[in-house]
Amino acid sequence: MLEVKGICKAFGGVQASRNVSLTVPEGRITSLIGPNGSGKTTLFAQITGFQTPDSGQVSFEGKDITGEAPETIARLGMVRTFQIVQPFAGQTVRENIAVGAHLHRASRRDALAHAEAVASRVGLGDRLDLDAASLTVAGRKRLEVARALATDPKLILFDEVLAGLNPSEIRDVIPVIRDICDSGITIFMIEHVMQAVMSLSEYTWVLNQGEVIAEGEPASVVKDERVIEAYLGKGMAQRIAQRQVVHA
Amino acid sequence: MRQLVLLLAVFAVIALAPFVIASEFSLNLVIMVLYAALLGQAWNILGGYGGQFSFGHAAYFGTGAYTVAVLQVQLGINPWIGLVAGGLLAIGVAAFIGLATFRYGLRGSYFALVTLAFAEVLRILSNSVDFTGAGVGILIPLAPGVANLQFETKTGYFFLVWTFTLAAFLAVWWIGHSRFGASLAAVRDNEEAARALGVNAFRVKMGAIMLSGLFSGLAGVFYAQYFLYLDPYIAYGPAISVESLLVPIIGGMGTLFGPLLGAAALHAVSELTREIIGEVPGISLVLYGALLVVMVMFLPRGLAGLGERLFARRRPKAGETGHA
Ligand SMILES: Nc1ncnc2c1ncn2[C@@H]1O[C@H](COP(=O)(O)OP(=O)(O)OP(=O)(O)O)[C@@H](O)[C@H]1O
Ligand SMILES: [Mg+2]
Repeated sequence: MLEVKGICKAFGGVQASRNVSLTVPEGRITSLIGPNGSGKTTLFAQITGFQTPDSGQVSFEGKDITGEAPETIARLGMVRTFQIVQPFAGQTVRENIAVGAHLHRASRRDALAHAEAVASRVGLGDRLDLDAASLTVAGRKRLEVARALATDPKLILFDEVLAGLNPSEIRDVIPVIRDICDSGITIFMIEHVMQAVMSLSEYTWVLNQGEVIAEGEPASVVKDERVIEAYLGKGMAQRIAQRQVVHA
Repeated sequence: MRQLVLLLAVFAVIALAPFVIASEFSLNLVIMVLYAALLGQAWNILGGYGGQFSFGHAAYFGTGAYTVAVLQVQLGINPWIGLVAGGLLAIGVAAFIGLATFRYGLRGSYFALVTLAFAEVLRILSNSVDFTGAGVGILIPLAPGVANLQFETKTGYFFLVWTFTLAAFLAVWWIGHSRFGASLAAVRDNEEAARALGVNAFRVKMGAIMLSGLFSGLAGVFYAQYFLYLDPYIAYGPAISVESLLVPIIGGMGTLFGPLLGAAALHAVSELTREIIGEVPGISLVLYGALLVVMVMFLPRGLAGLGERLFARRRPKAGETGHA
């Protein structure tokens, strides 16, 4: 469904993407992991048109979309969320979600009704009339998900929607993500929370210093030497070993 | 819907003014309040709803005013046609300025300065070419008659400006209840997030500046027909640009009724100072400046914001619903 071929991007001396190639198959949850600063968000920005790669190609459903504007790409059915949440402060939760709903709905009434339905799907149904700025971190993350979902996308790119949540909030959001996938929307997610990566995604790509260093099923990827090394050594290796015991 | 009913009710009450107000002086005051509300609402579309602060709305106002005046005086074209032409040309100027700024992603103070520069360029141009009457200005011959868009009494002018102003307010009501308005507010509050959700920020801002330009242009047409005299400083000078932004800032940016409240408050204060201090040249600009400082410091959301704060039912905070 999504294909990235040989993307390179440099910011001055920093090589944020080094010849990145990867694919995201339709109907599944694919994840993207990697240490801080490895170029995950930058890759999402290039896929969704917020940044143009120096070289390489992005295609979505077989169509070359390299260098297209974000709004064009959203209209084609691929939307992203932001790692640093970007609510429309001063607008209510309902109004925030309705902006997404308007992408394929001209009527205000339809968009507001759809916003309401989406809000209850992500667990914001009881906060529709609150100012988005007054939401907690967890609420804002849900709002990011809801706005993207409201555009009726085919593919959603989640950038660390679980970051900053406590374990019980994470447990609440994981089923929401699974439910989105079950409704037929493909998901490509950047995630640091390994519990989520392991339990949600069937396939994962690993970036380190802008480069793809591993790919495969999460369970086998986390055993990969290079991946463990990338995440800085022993501590990580141990934690992964422990988790494998739990999962075995 | 409730807001629309309220809007129509308010304008219906205002429409009674010529029938209940006997003095020409007082009716003139109502006309000037409506005219200021029109200017302010025009600015409010782009500045209040779109978050793009223009310092050069005189560019559209002056274009509307000069179009109707020059067509009449130089070419003998009927001012009703001039009215349409003035509105269209004002839209054209707005589209041009929008292309020159939004295309290149100019925002904030850069946008403000460039709009100011455009208005100044137009002022200098109108000061140097002949067909606008250059520095001497242009005088529209007095020829009262509906066919000439001139009226024997103030009542006719009242209904002219009332119609323009109502149209501007209806347009803004529509903005508040449409996809266009939702997109515009999204772009104002976070352009990047809006684009991520498929909003074409450039197109939305172009729509806003053109609509804004139209109503400023109509205010210019009204001004020309009412006062029958224009010069470059009146038409394209900074006073109009300042009044345009001051009215919604006083009344409440991004609100439907803000410009009406702002226009009324501004004229009330103006009249009061005139009563107390008398006619002093330049006093109005001093007053505008002082008002702007006071509003920005104490009432950043304008009179409409103050009203909301006084009358609003308290909104529950996220924490109080018991959800994390
Ligand atoms: N606009 C920019 N200008 C300069 N450098 C940038 C820019 N955006 C990203 N970078 C650099 O590119 C590298 C990759 O950043 P990116 O945000 O993509 O990492 P990430 O994998 O998302 O990290 P994290 O897990 O912390 O979110 C970093 O070194 C970052 O400093
Ligand atoms: Mg990131």
